[in-house]
Amino acid sequence: MDTILLTIDNKPVVVKKGITILEAASSTGVHIPTLCHMKLDDLNIENRPGGCRICVVEVEGRRNLAPACCTEVADGMVINSHSIRVINARQTVLELILSDHPADCLICAKSGKCDLQDMAHHLGIREIHYKGEQSTYREDTSPAIIRDVDKCIMCRRCEMMCNEVQTVGVLSAINRGFNAVVSPAFEMNLDHSVCTYCGQCVAVCPTGALTEVDQTAHVVRALSDSSKTVIVQTAPAVRAALGEEFDMDPGTLVTGKLAAALRRLGFDYVFDTDFAADLTIMEEGTEMLNRLSRFLEGDKSVKLPILTSCCPAWVKFFEHQFPQLKDIPSTARSPQQMFGSIAKTYFAEKMGIKREDLVVVSIMPCVAKKYECGRDEFKVNDNPDVDYAITTRELAGLIKLANINFSRLPNEEFDLPLGESTGAGVIFGTTGGVIEAAVRTAYELYTKKPLPKLDFNELRGMDGIRQATIDFGGFPLKIGIAHGLGNARKLLAKIESGESEFHAIEIMSCPGGCIGGGGQPYHHGNAEILKKRQMAIYQEDSNKKIRKSHENPYIIQLYEEFLGKPMSEKAHHLLHTQYFDRTSGSSH
Amino acid sequence: MPKIKLAENTIQIIKDVCAEFNNSEGELINVLHKVQHKLGYLPAEVQEVIAKELNASVAKVYGVVTFYSFFTMIPKGEFPISICMGTACYVRGAEQVLSEFKRQLKVEVGESTNDGKFSLNCLRCVGACGLAPVVMVGEKVFGRVAPTQVKQIIAEYREGCPSEVAKSA
Repeated sequence: MDTILLTIDNKPVVVKKGITILEAASSTGVHIPTLCHMKLDDLNIENRPGGCRICVVEVEGRRNLAPACCTEVADGMVINSHSIRVINARQTVLELILSDHPADCLICAKSGKCDLQDMAHHLGIREIHYKGEQSTYREDTSPAIIRDVDKCIMCRRCEMMCNEVQTVGVLSAINRGFNAVVSPAFEMNLDHSVCTYCGQCVAVCPTGALTEVDQTAHVVRALSDSSKTVIVQTAPAVRAALGEEFDMDPGTLVTGKLAAALRRLGFDYVFDTDFAADLTIMEEGTEMLNRLSRFLEGDKSVKLPILTSCCPAWVKFFEHQFPQLKDIPSTARSPQQMFGSIAKTYFAEKMGIKREDLVVVSIMPCVAKKYECGRDEFKVNDNPDVDYAITTRELAGLIKLANINFSRLPNEEFDLPLGESTGAGVIFGTTGGVIEAAVRTAYELYTKKPLPKLDFNELRGMDGIRQATIDFGGFPLKIGIAHGLGNARKLLAKIESGESEFHAIEIMSCPGGCIGGGGQPYHHGNAEILKKRQMAIYQEDSNKKIRKSHENPYIIQLYEEFLGKPMSEKAHHLLHTQYFDRTSGSSH
Repeated sequence: MPKIKLAENTIQIIKDVCAEFNNSEGELINVLHKVQHKLGYLPAEVQEVIAKELNASVAKVYGVVTFYSFFTMIPKGEFPISICMGTACYVRGAEQVLSEFKRQLKVEVGESTNDGKFSLNCLRCVGACGLAPVVMVGEKVFGRVAPTQVKQIIAEYREGCPSEVAKSA
């Protein structure tokens, strides 16, 4: 390996050739502040447009200050990262950025989690010396995401996520100079664009320019309405991340405290989306086996591979971008929607509650779930199966609002029957988890033998595209996994061209899967956090007594009492859906 | 923005231009340049076709169109009028000439008249500083234009027989 010697802040350092000053400094423990730069190591995601100029450093012999994030190290370089000249430049740059930024931090949705606010604090800005024009642009509210581009600092992180990582291509910088903003084409609103609401732009936005549609007020109103029974479901990835909002280490599992907090907030029943994930496996796994056995019997009309359909952003992605493939994904609804559907039929009947008096709230790591629960096909007489979907972040806000001391809560259990789940339901929260859960059930249903081992390490990991062949009692089942829509696109292109050999493919829109969802606590560019959340999810799985969806006693009971069997007519009606070609017209 | 439907042959023109540049996203600016030259402007529907042909996002194409002032999404008039705002023309009164055009045609810079006859734009230096202030109508150059001549220039084009003023330049 080629190395070179340089000096950073009077300290000699040996570093790899070809890296940036920022990386070199970081390797020796020198922190250089950055704003537009963002790097998620294991996911090969990097944004370094060199635009904000916060990371400038002094390089001896160079007339101008150099941006550390995009200047390569050179042999013998002498770098000063915190000279008076550097500090002055950083303060000036930041003051100029702030001179065109609304100073409404006190009431901004991003307050306390804002990289720009942190930077102003870090650089000790107490006065903005530059007074000039302020941008004014209309606010754009979609079903899931709000764009308030007056708060945009043109770091281009969202643009990078939308175009390079997700390949959705909705956001681009438009116009020039002072009028430049990040916007969809023709300055249309997000809800008219091909936006999937994956929320990765929200996840990386350093300011309050991109935020989720906050629905906590609706939830509070429902909770205080004594005529309503309000029940809650919580997605698997939430328990692996919520603790971060209460200063716990990333990867701390807070399942028990989460259930306790929801109960204290006043929900009448505290249920678990993991239950519905088990239900999804019953339906999707059966559908997969049906297609597979027809395929093996030589039925040429059968479509393979089967694609998972739990992720609403992924569903919207293929509806816009690959409508010709819309009969390939499983017709199974997502766990959120299966839960809502079962809650407002089976559970409501069981409890003698009228549909319109039952409010279903879901806690999701996701912003696209807000859009999903508003889709027309998930409503009965205009009453949605899921009334409100709030993010992990919104829930944290609600817990703080209610003055609940989260870290001192006892560990409590979910309520029955819709709160019982298996380890298979839990791993839905990470990339690779849905297909592993499906394999655990499909294997046993197909081979009629118990699985020799439950952990499929070959399906786990963080690589963007993974593949594995599982021995299904002599039949080699070929499985593909993609997370991040750009990776999904690659697999879809292969299906279209007929090169794909997979029988089943799992797709999740967000890098890392739901643990990296757009509604999770902000990772601020630290990919380690995602890995820790993933470990927590697998930890929860291995702690579970039952780890296969088809062994969940309450799922068995649900089929016995209500649904009949998987893919029955009733199951079809309540648990399956259809997809739409959205290539023309608006996204609704 | 009103939706327009592109004629089949217009779509073919765009596709041909894209093909000429190997449908390469890196040639986006050249493609936009040539398509605008052929069609006069780049409405949303044209950008959508270009994006599809070059396998680029529409947002990106729109980003480039709005970045460069040369590109326009508004159809040019039958007689596009350009006022030079270069230094020489400016100091010799181009701004007054421009105001007079705006007043006479009742349009702002970048707009076209309702009858589609004229569009008004500014440009930077046509390399005829000796004739400042300079006005171009289509490919024709008018030199040493005074605000008082503006009415006459417009009238002659409107009547369909431009020339006298041009000659005098």
